[in-house]
This record gives sequence, structure tokens and C-alpha cells, in this order.
Amino acid sequence: MSNLVIMPLLVPLVTAVLLIFFHKRLRAQRILGAVSALINIAVALGLVLHVRGNGIATLQLGGWAPPQGIVFVADMFAALLVLTTAIVGACCLFFAFFTIGEPRERHYFYPFFHFLLVGVIGSFLTGDIFNLFVCFEVMLIASYALIVLGGTKRQLRESIKYLLINIVSSALFVTAVAYLYGTLGTLNMADLSMRVAEAGQDGLLTLLSVLLLLVFGLKAGLLLFFWLPGSYSAPPPAVAAVFAGLLTKVGVYAIIRVFTLIFYHDQAVTHVLIGVLAAITMSAGVIGAIAYRDVHRILIYNIVAAVGFMAFGLAVASREALEGATFYLLHDMLVKALLFLLGGALIAGAGTSRLAEMGGLIRRFPLLGWLLLVAALALVGVPPTSGFVGKLLIVQGGLAEGWYWITGISLASSLLMLYSMMKLFMAAFWGEEPLHRPPSASRVPTGVYWPIGALTVLVLALGVGAQWAMPYVAMAADALTDPQIYIDAVMKE
Amino acid sequence: MEVLLCIAAGMLFTVGTYLILAKSLLRIALGTSLISHGVHLLLLTMAGVKRGAPPLLGEEAQAYTDPLPQALILTSIVISFGVTSFFFVLAYRAYKELGTDDMEQLRGQGDE
Repeated sequence: MSNLVIMPLLVPLVTAVLLIFFHKRLRAQRILGAVSALINIAVALGLVLHVRGNGIATLQLGGWAPPQGIVFVADMFAALLVLTTAIVGACCLFFAFFTIGEPRERHYFYPFFHFLLVGVIGSFLTGDIFNLFVCFEVMLIASYALIVLGGTKRQLRESIKYLLINIVSSALFVTAVAYLYGTLGTLNMADLSMRVAEAGQDGLLTLLSVLLLLVFGLKAGLLLFFWLPGSYSAPPPAVAAVFAGLLTKVGVYAIIRVFTLIFYHDQAVTHVLIGVLAAITMSAGVIGAIAYRDVHRILIYNIVAAVGFMAFGLAVASREALEGATFYLLHDMLVKALLFLLGGALIAGAGTSRLAEMGGLIRRFPLLGWLLLVAALALVGVPPTSGFVGKLLIVQGGLAEGWYWITGISLASSLLMLYSMMKLFMAAFWGEEPLHRPPSASRVPTGVYWPIGALTVLVLALGVGAQWAMPYVAMAADALTDPQIYIDAVMKE
Repeated sequence: MEVLLCIAAGMLFTVGTYLILAKSLLRIALGTSLISHGVHLLLLTMAGVKRGAPPLLGEEAQAYTDPLPQALILTSIVISFGVTSFFFVLAYRAYKELGTDDMEQLRGQGDE
């Protein structure tokens, strides 16, 4: 029982509300935003250490006991994700200072940005399924505003589609909540888990779990990613990076939470279904990544492929695979934000997003080129970087449980991911510069190397220092493999 | 009673889905509001439509209706109201800027 659990949510919330009052004073906006982002990293780090020392921390809002009141739960899994969110959010914010441009800053960019963080962190910490819906909506409404802010034709066109698909999936989420309440009579996740265990997971509950999988799959881009390529290529790079790092991962988190805590009884149906979806998602993602010769599209389809990896780790559901999925999720949030920031800087420097019109950029942007190479290797999972450990554990888990086909697909798609990233690197940075440099080509502001460098260092440190990160990941996997730990923490007395 | 309400919710979902698949942006926006009506009706129905007093303690009745789904619906209504108003303004702005409300023409190849 500690208010520390809700602090990572309150810090951006208070900041966002304060920022509304002086939206024209850009300097003050930036300073307050930066200070709040750094404070939030410290708070989230404190939460991780607190959970490490004292076990799962819970906070009953208003002092009402769990099934009646709303409870916020920080187990290690959620705490690690909150920390990663705070770091990614801070890096994207610092990147935005240099790239977002004054007109957008004047029109409430920073308040929306902080509201987005509120929604994401709230989704990770809540222990109530309707509250999860509300946090999703906070996140989504902020993301609608961020995706359309600026109002270019392309943003308007793509945000209509993004909005529509999310309205439909939110309606389905409420439908699923209605059915859950109708059959089980509770909305608290720990209580739901207990009631499902008592009643036994019959056909109706399995159907409901598949409906929830559909909803979260829409958010996460698990198979249902048709909306994602258009939407994520519309907004400016700082926004696209925060979307790529955080939004789909909230969907992945919700899938992992629901299928490890509540609906884990009928794995022959649900987890096999998730495995098949994961295999299709991985294949489709890498097919997209190798098909296009456009920076946006290559990076976006790599998001899709990575979602497939995490879903595969969940589908295997052994301890090893869940550790791998957790590690990979943390790594992927960092590396996707890093890649989108690098991609944004690259597009700004080259003046185009098409590989055919680029070339020879290593002479103009040597640092950017080598950082992009490191990020690409980290994405694929070359050993000293962070992508390796997660993928290794997932693959080991998959082989141990006899998921040979899907393991094969995941290894093959890693290879194709490498191909797609190397294609990007070689086409953009090697060779000769084209004769007609696009007129919009410009210099990359040196300030953007700070957030990019910080993320690169973290990605490398997470890979080299996996030995230090593993106890935390193992603690997260404890609660994922044994729901009773989570239930006991929430339902004590 | 629940059966009738379920049929009504089902019809709202059907009409909403049909409208969302239409070409015109305005019809799509109307379709999303119909679907949210259907969802709210379903939420009310799934909690059970039993006879009881309104959930006010001053009524001093033997039995009350379940207050929780009503709170959930109220939350969901304001959220979908906010999103719908945003959607309408976005549709208006898109019509002004792009000069069409035909979803076929809003396809875009991502190459401008």
C-alpha cells in the first residue's frame, strides 16, 4: 500500500494540465516538459526498485477493497514497462524540441504528448478491466490529436482511417466488457481470474477471450495490422517514434496480461490460436519489410513482425518463453523508438523517404549512418545488442515445447528483417549521392543526436548487461507464470 | 425482455456495420454512433433487466437495479461523445481541405 504506484501516472497528468495554461510560451513549455519527463524516469526507477525489494505493490484507490474499488497494481512486468515508457517518452520529447516546429508547439503539442504518456502508463498499471478501457481511450484520444496536429492533407486522410478503426475496436472492447460482466459479475482482473478458475473456462468464456484477443490484436497489430502502415507514416517523426515505441506495445501488454492472468485454462484453443496468428503476423510483417523501398514502410512493417515475436513467446507460455517475451518487449520499445527517430532524422537530412532517391549519405551524415547500423543490428538481435537475449529465450522455449514450425518461421523472419534493414542502410548510405539532391534536403540539427545517442547506449547496455537485467525479468515472469502471486497480492485480506 | 433488447442491439450493430462499409464519410460517422448505441444497450442488457427501484437509497425499496453497469454506460457515453464530436470536426476539416467525402478517393498511395 503505497502512493508510489500511482506517481508515474500523476507526474505527466499534472504536467499536462499545467501546460495547457501557457501554451504560447514555448520556452516554459519545453523546460517544464523536460523536467517532468526526467522526474518521471526517476519515479519509475523508484517504483521498479520498490517492487524488487517488497514484491508486488498495490494501491486501492479511495481505500475500497479490490473487487469493489479500483486497484492499481505494479508487478515487476508493469513496473519495467512503465520505466521503459518513461525513458522512451523523454527521448521522444527531447527529439521533438528540435524537430517538431513552432506552429505545432503553439497548438498544445506538449500537453497532448503528456496525456498520451498518462494513458500508456495507466494502461500498464491498472488492475481493473474497465479502467483499462478508460486508459486506452485517454491514450487513443491523445494519439488522435497528435496524429492530425498540423493538418496536412495526408495527416487528415490517414487520421480518418486511424480514428475509425479505433472507434470500432473500442466499441468491441466495451462489448467484451459487457459480456464479461454478464457472465462473471466482476471487472477486477484478479477477481475475474479467481472466478474463471472456479467456474472452469467453458466454451463461452473461451469465446469471450477470443473477442478480447480480437480487440487487443487490433490495437497491437497482431494480424489485424492493415490500418498501421498508413497511419504511422503520416505524423512527424517524434510522434511516429512515440507511437511505434508505445502504442502497439500497450496492446501486446494487454494480450499478455489477459492470457496469463485470466484465460490460461484452455491453452489448446487460445494459445494455439495466438501462435498461428503470431506466425502469420511475422511472415506478413517481413514480407512487407522486404517489399517496399521506402524508409517509413520498412520500419513500420518491422513493428508488425516484432509484435509477432512477442505473441509467439506468449503462445509457447513456458517460463523461458515468457521471460523471453518480456525481455523482447522491453528491448523492442527502446529499439523501435530509436529506429523511428533515426528514420526521421534520415528523411529530414535526405529530403525524401524513398530509397531510390538516396545514396552516399555516409559522407554527409557519418554519425547518423553508424548509429542506424547499430540500431538495425540490435533490431535483428545480433549478440552484443539487446535483441539477442529475448529472441534466444523465445526460440529456446519454442523448441523445448515442440513448436518447431513457428520457431523456424521466427528464425527465417529474423533473417529477412536483417535483409530489409541492410537494404535500407546500403541504399541510403553507400554508393554515390544522386545528381539532383531533393530541394527539401537539409542539415540534421545536432541536438537530435542526444536522445538518439541515449537510446543507443541503453540498447547496447541492455544487451551487454543482460546479466543484471535478468533478475528483474525473471521476477516479472514469476507473476506471469503463476497468476496466484498476482491474485494474492491484490486480494490480501 | 432481455431477448428483445438483444435483438434491438443486434439490429443497431447490423445497421452500424452496413453504414461503416458505405462510401460517404458522413454515413460512416453515423454508423459509428449507431454502433456505440448498440454497445451501450448491450451493456445495460447483459447486467440483467430485472424489476427494481432506481439505485437511489432514498427509495428504501426491497431491491434495486444494478448500479454498476449504469456507471459504466455513463462513462462510455461521454467518451464516445467526445470521440464522435472529434470525428465530425475531422470529417468537416477533411472535406474542406481535400474537397471530397468519398472514401474511395481518400485512399491515397502514400507517395505524395
